Amino acid sequence: MDQSEHLHLIYIILAAALATFLTRIGGYVMMMQMTRIPPRMEAALNAVPAAVLSTLVAPAFVYGGWDVAASMLVAFFVGLRFSSLWMLLAGWLVVMAIRHFAGL
Amino acid sequence: MTKDDFWQGVRGGFPVMVSASPFGALFGALAVDNGFSVFDAVFMSITLYAGASQMVGIELFGNKVQPWLIVLSIFAVNFRHILYSASITRHVRHFSPVQKIVTFFLLVDPQYAETEKRAERGEPITFFWYLGFAMIIYVPWQFMTFLGAYFGQMIGDPRAIGLDVLLPIYFMSLVLGFRKRDNWLPVVAVSSVASVAAMHIVGSPWHVSIGALAGILLAACLPLPRQPEAPVTLENEV
Repeated sequence: MDQSEHLHLIYIILAAALATFLTRIGGYVMMMQMTRIPPRMEAALNAVPAAVLSTLVAPAFVYGGWDVAASMLVAFFVGLRFSSLWMLLAGWLVVMAIRHFAGL
Repeated sequence: MTKDDFWQGVRGGFPVMVSASPFGALFGALAVDNGFSVFDAVFMSITLYAGASQMVGIELFGNKVQPWLIVLSIFAVNFRHILYSASITRHVRHFSPVQKIVTFFLLVDPQYAETEKRAERGEPITFFWYLGFAMIIYVPWQFMTFLGAYFGQMIGDPRAIGLDVLLPIYFMSLVLGFRKRDNWLPVVAVSSVASVAAMHIVGSPWHVSIGALAGILLAACLPLPRQPEAPVTLENEV
């Protein structure tokens, strides 16, 4: 990359950083306009984490291939009893074993 | 007291740091692979501090996509943070303006999840607890980005060493952590199906916003619980 291309990339990163910060403060700015939270909005807000995070899990399970799906399934059952680090370890071991023995 | 809060936050954030570190290194390696210098990679980690969107950004940059589309895509991937910041506003009203700016700048997924869980357990949300939890993730994130970018070639194919399954499994552990909340199962089911459908029809990264919106709208429409909720304790640590 030459000098002007590099500067160009720095501008892109700065614009992306600003866009990211706007998403992180945007909800606060919205909430401060309201005096009290209506119960249905409260219910909606309580659903946010599970709703968003599910969209990062389900497509990986469906489109990631059977090795990834199997590893996620094992991690799921581990996660019903143990912490996230054990889930990561179990899922990683399963996917590595499948790839090693099935030659994926 | 503030010092205790800070170190309690650091201890709480430690497991997150451990599981996020491979992604920091992976980001650094992939960034260099897509034409970034080591400086650019670390600069992006310092200013954005948003792993998934950073991955999307370098992928698009590597494919010579127009700058406005790169910025818009990063905005779309991070759009969920608007909902996070709206949701934690309840717990940080007592912070000073400068503390709020720092708080929202550092609002990543596990930080949000842990703040909500702490509030649910009835423990106080102090700025120094929040800062401690954030710093044990933020500082190593920069360091791991640097290491990954510097030793980029040594990581090679992330799939070959099984790194590709860690991100979805980590997000799944966060989902499981919220399983005692009202409407958890219907919300997870609807968001999962909607995101897969949106991935199929519209494509990435819109499946995130579309799938999330479906679950949130469902929660807003379902019957409200009659009594005020009893505080719920979560077994799962993030």
